[in-house]
Amino acid sequence: MTVETTYLRHDRPLWRRLLLRPEAVLIVAIILVIVVSIIVMPNYLRPNPNYTFSTLLLNAAPILILALPLTLIIVTGEIDISIGSVLGLSSAAFGLMFAAGIPLPVAALISVAIGGLVGAFNGVLVTVVGLPSLAVTIGTLALFRGIAVGVLGTTAVTGFPSAVTSFVRSTVPGTPIPWLIVMFIVMAIGFGVLLHFTAFGRGVFAIGLSPENAAFSGVNVSRTKFTLFVLSGLVAGLVGVLFTLQYSNAIGSNGNGFELRAVTAIVLGGVSIWGGTGSLLGGILGGLFIATVNKSLQVLGIGDDAIYVITGTALIASVVVSSVAAAISQRRRAITSTA
Amino acid sequence: MTRTQSWWEWIFRARELSLIVVIVALVVITTLTQPQYLFSEGGVRDLLRTPALYIALAVGEAIVIITRNIDLSIGSILGLSAYFCGNLFHQAPALPIPVVILLTVLFGGILGSVNGLLVAFLKVPALVITLGTLYAYRGIAVLWIGGNFIRPEWVPKEFTQLALSGLFGVPWLLIVAVVVVLLAAWFMTSRRTGRELYAIGSNPDAAVLYGLRTRRLTLLPFVISGTLAGVAGVIYVSIYATGDSKVGLGLELQAVAAAVVGGVAVVGGAGRIWGVALGAFFLATLTTALPVLSIPSLWQQAVVGVLIVGAITLDRVFFVVRQRQARKGLSA
Repeated sequence: MTVETTYLRHDRPLWRRLLLRPEAVLIVAIILVIVVSIIVMPNYLRPNPNYTFSTLLLNAAPILILALPLTLIIVTGEIDISIGSVLGLSSAAFGLMFAAGIPLPVAALISVAIGGLVGAFNGVLVTVVGLPSLAVTIGTLALFRGIAVGVLGTTAVTGFPSAVTSFVRSTVPGTPIPWLIVMFIVMAIGFGVLLHFTAFGRGVFAIGLSPENAAFSGVNVSRTKFTLFVLSGLVAGLVGVLFTLQYSNAIGSNGNGFELRAVTAIVLGGVSIWGGTGSLLGGILGGLFIATVNKSLQVLGIGDDAIYVITGTALIASVVVSSVAAAISQRRRAITSTA
Repeated sequence: MTRTQSWWEWIFRARELSLIVVIVALVVITTLTQPQYLFSEGGVRDLLRTPALYIALAVGEAIVIITRNIDLSIGSILGLSAYFCGNLFHQAPALPIPVVILLTVLFGGILGSVNGLLVAFLKVPALVITLGTLYAYRGIAVLWIGGNFIRPEWVPKEFTQLALSGLFGVPWLLIVAVVVVLLAAWFMTSRRTGRELYAIGSNPDAAVLYGLRTRRLTLLPFVISGTLAGVAGVIYVSIYATGDSKVGLGLELQAVAAAVVGGVAVVGGAGRIWGVALGAFFLATLTTALPVLSIPSLWQQAVVGVLIVGAITLDRVFFVVRQRQARKGLSA
């Protein structure tokens, strides 16, 4: 009797177990949103010059890219809520260097390096000084944004060469897929391999489950975390440059609130905020789900203000659902083990 | 073994004393640069009443941080409460002012208890919940208020008079803030529940084993911080008698800064309320002093960031140094 009940969980067929994964739920949800939108809104599929699928992907790209390193950080049980401000800082630096006449490639490289540098600053405070990452990145959220706003003042740098900006916005010829998304896919494969198929990635999961156990099994906890914060900074720096070019505008508020959207995408994708579980694909699908909902809302004519309410509510709902689901499965397991 | 204290360690222990020195120095330097800062009509009044808003916010935030949580939504709660207050004056001019104040404070408390219920009963991290409500509440404010704003003619004269007058030269608003601080300090140091809040902050697992009702104790600080954000909303309307959907934007960071500068440990379990009040006073003074010292107000957020990062880093460094000394003491 006990033997049978102990294996009850694995008696479920494979397809049911796969369907219950958050990734599968999200894919179904994304398809549902699109299908319902097509039925409800007759002009959803009609090519709207202002809002096509490529603009949907283009608008989602910065968040999707930012979410890649952040997923790894959250899997270790840490958090980086300064990424929106790092994006703003890199954008401000890029704009000022462009305005000063520094060639674009050089300016871009320096801006990405600045991102890496401030990421390393976060990393040092977390690993060397030993502070909680939440407190550190709340501080640097204010600090980096403050510097971006301070150096740029109320001015905005515009007038980037149109050849470059239109290339950043362009799509792969003959498809609705923007080049930015191609770049994102390449980066996603890189981060996916790093997280799921390397010793480094195993270490990331191990740290999230138990930093002590990870350290005793030979994972260099500090170095892993430091590397992730630097990666997060570098990627946010890169997105800062791309975002500036995408909208041909460097202002102090660039990337404001992006940390919320990235965290929402990741948590929605089934990555535990406590660390230790989740997949890179989940975070990506979470980001795509938000983007799809946003497109439907914009076709419906609901403004950007409502999207803040919806993103905030979605973030809360996603953690609430995952916490309730965890409680239910725990109770079910407790019942089966006593039976 | 005799334990010698170095001078910097003494200064660190006397966090409140050094804050007072810094505040006085800041006021003196600013006044020397620009005598009007203090010696003008309303100079002293502004110096004493602006901190009231920061103190209300920071005390609530501090109590949340002491229980090892965080509340990032208070800036948005302040914004919503301020408009709620102004709108109530507009829609229901017959309501007596104390009722409006009470309703606004209650409104803030309800918004805070949403955070608290989610964190306490669903065991979801406070960071995620309050980051969510930070945007959700702000979004609701934008949808509700739109391009509208609190119009000065909505707000009764008697109400704005509260911010202008005082008792023996002490503005009423500062008296309100002092009452808040005294009540909170008494509650946190002398009441059983207050001590239990420190207990769950310093070791949550031990608190559960000890039999503390952690759910209730997790919920309570969020209700307090929402309520105090409502109080801050009332203070805001009485000072400015206007405000759009952006009121209170980013003030949660200032509150966190005031709390950690005032000596609240970011890992929970430690911190004194009157230290927090001084931290808030310092931040408010800095905010008004920066433009006078010809530092553009645009740099204000960077200063807040430096204060947060600096305070938590210093705390940690002193902690490690002290631990090392204690270990040396044991081996000697």
